[in-house]
Amino acid sequence: MKKLALLFVSAIVLMSFAIPGDGDKIPSATVKKLDGSKINTNTFSNDGKPIIISFWATWCKPCKKELDAIAENYSDWQKETGVKLIAISIDDARSSTKVAPDVKTKGWEYEVYLDENQDFKRAMNVNNVPHTFLVDGNGNIVWSHNSYAEGDEEILYENVKKVVKGEKLSH
Amino acid sequence: MKNKNFPALLKRSIFLSITGICIANPFFAQLNNAVQNVHGNFQIDMQNCENDTATGTPEVNEQFRYNAFGNVNYTSGDFSMGFRYESYNPVMLGFLSDYSNRSGIPYRYARYRHNDIDVTVGNFYEQFGSGLTLRSYEDRGLLYDNAIDGFRAIYYPKKGVTFKGLVGRQRVFWGLSDGVIKGFDGEINFMELFDTLNTVKTKVILGGSFVSKFQDDKNPSLVLPKNVGCYGGRLNVLNESFNFFAEYAYKINDPSYQNQYSFKDGQALYITSSYAQKGFSVLLSGKYIDNMSYRSDRDKQSTVAFINFLPALSKPHTYMMMAYYPYASQPNGEVGGSADIQYKIKKGTLLGGKYGIDLSLNASVFNGTDTTRINPAEDIERQRKYSVDPFSFGTKYFHDINLEIGKKFSKQVKGTFMYANQYINQSVVQFNTPDKTEHPDVYSNIFVADVTWRYKTGSAIRSETQLFLGNYKKGDEGHLTEAEKIAGNTGSWITQAFEWTPTSKWFFVLMDQFNYSNPLDYKKLHYYYAGITHVSGPTRIMLSYGRQRQGIFCAGGVCRIVPAFTGFQLSISSSF
Repeated sequence: MKKLALLFVSAIVLMSFAIPGDGDKIPSATVKKLDGSKINTNTFSNDGKPIIISFWATWCKPCKKELDAIAENYSDWQKETGVKLIAISIDDARSSTKVAPDVKTKGWEYEVYLDENQDFKRAMNVNNVPHTFLVDGNGNIVWSHNSYAEGDEEILYENVKKVVKGEKLSH
Repeated sequence: MKNKNFPALLKRSIFLSITGICIANPFFAQLNNAVQNVHGNFQIDMQNCENDTATGTPEVNEQFRYNAFGNVNYTSGDFSMGFRYESYNPVMLGFLSDYSNRSGIPYRYARYRHNDIDVTVGNFYEQFGSGLTLRSYEDRGLLYDNAIDGFRAIYYPKKGVTFKGLVGRQRVFWGLSDGVIKGFDGEINFMELFDTLNTVKTKVILGGSFVSKFQDDKNPSLVLPKNVGCYGGRLNVLNESFNFFAEYAYKINDPSYQNQYSFKDGQALYITSSYAQKGFSVLLSGKYIDNMSYRSDRDKQSTVAFINFLPALSKPHTYMMMAYYPYASQPNGEVGGSADIQYKIKKGTLLGGKYGIDLSLNASVFNGTDTTRINPAEDIERQRKYSVDPFSFGTKYFHDINLEIGKKFSKQVKGTFMYANQYINQSVVQFNTPDKTEHPDVYSNIFVADVTWRYKTGSAIRSETQLFLGNYKKGDEGHLTEAEKIAGNTGSWITQAFEWTPTSKWFFVLMDQFNYSNPLDYKKLHYYYAGITHVSGPTRIMLSYGRQRQGIFCAGGVCRIVPAFTGFQLSISSSF
């Protein structure tokens, strides 16, 4: 009987949960800006324009290749679509001090944050870096891709343009 | 329904249910308005171990082995909960066997975060400062997981101010550590806290932490401290181009297996400073560690039950041969530092050519601390066993001096070229013994050439050549036999790999590592390897066959040997 009651209560609890959401929003986690201030990731926004979220690390060669490749065309991308790239470094205390020097030397114009103990990485269910997400103007995560191959940045940009036009994406 | 008390029980359960719903209703009502999601990820790594007498793979009973995990997270507005299922039947070669032959849910949590408050019950990961006093984290690739099971509250009373408090026990394989941890951390960002300072370009952040562990004393011969406290302070001063960070931590007497039950106190100092502008940066880091192994179970070894984290400051190398002999922090004592200089030669200059050149110079060196043994009979009161001179160095442990050059030759061709000179005192650093017979010092010169040719949009071929020239020394070799002289000496290696990416969904890899100068002729082996990877969105599937050389993995200041392996491997990972 006790079990039955428990079942009854859990069913009600589950039912109240089982209402579908209207989209995958950026989850909440605390990351650090390069100036040391903390920010909640659910406040990431770009005035109704799309956002690229790219997880990387200073020791990850393909990650830097991808960010370098995007950097070559980033100002054009911004002009054409208003897209913004947010680079999330998952470097821990061993190498997180290398992030700012790396970004500066490379001349990357991205918004860069530190996710030192990987709370945001966990919240976004990232297995390995590089992992890139595309967020539409309404803040819904609409596309993601793991790893980097030469030319992936062009596929990413095609998707950015589709998102701006309001088209649906496939992997 | 044969229970005689049925009506009474029913009444009671209905009453309880209704009360429960009434209490919970406002909460759920709020949740129902919020966006709800179920998300997760998983990874399964499988291997089939072949018996390969040439490379000396260990004989195993079970040829088929796997490591698997899956995370499921549910979020509803400010509320989230989730769990991770793990399974190892048996665990793959090279991982700690204590995980083996078990499946279960070692990680589950519920978390509520709203504006200035963030509360977690269950398992969580946390880091205070750079981790010198406390860091719980996971590295799934190494099966390192010291998640805390307990309760944590984070409070942001004002912009720029953070307080964290936690209590719990750490994960130790499938159970929890013997000791209980309590921790508190506070941090103030002055420029954010005071509006008047908002426009100041230089930021000042001050933090402090206190951690305490309690573990009962069951030792029959020693009177051990049950409570061990550790506290730390940190300062970060930074602006647009300059960054200075320093953290100091102090631990009271904490006799443990690792420090051979010395009652001496422990200290750690970590300082790092960098200057960066467009196209140029310098980073200098230094650290001093004495007796800072801090575990929630004083009798544990290996990578188990660490409360704190001592970052290794050597460069984490991407190329395999650069990382044949990796360095790990020495919790018992080390002094050292590293320097990084990065410079971009501008495009259009004589040297820079059409696309410019990226230069990166890195050097790091670490020594032991300068210790003097104290005769226990002369130190009965304090039982420190040794003293340390903080202003001088002990035995040399490691150095790594390397230069990396990145150059784009044309729109199609770019390359990375690297040279490193390394030294490692591996008997001490990786095996914790002064005996060099099996683990000689290794002096090495390493070269890498990595060239990518993008032959059309979205298609590329990459070639990676690595050369490892090793010189193995055991110190005084006069008394060693011929067999002892070559023990632990694998001579020099050359590696060639090709990677073909016809479309961004497929990767084909062919590789051979050749141990061409092994002092034993029958060990001059080829370690061949072939692999295919398919990527589709967040999903990755990788199949490979080949030989893997015996290697060393380091985590949390401890290294372990990963044995040689021959056979098939299949890995599948995705997220949803």
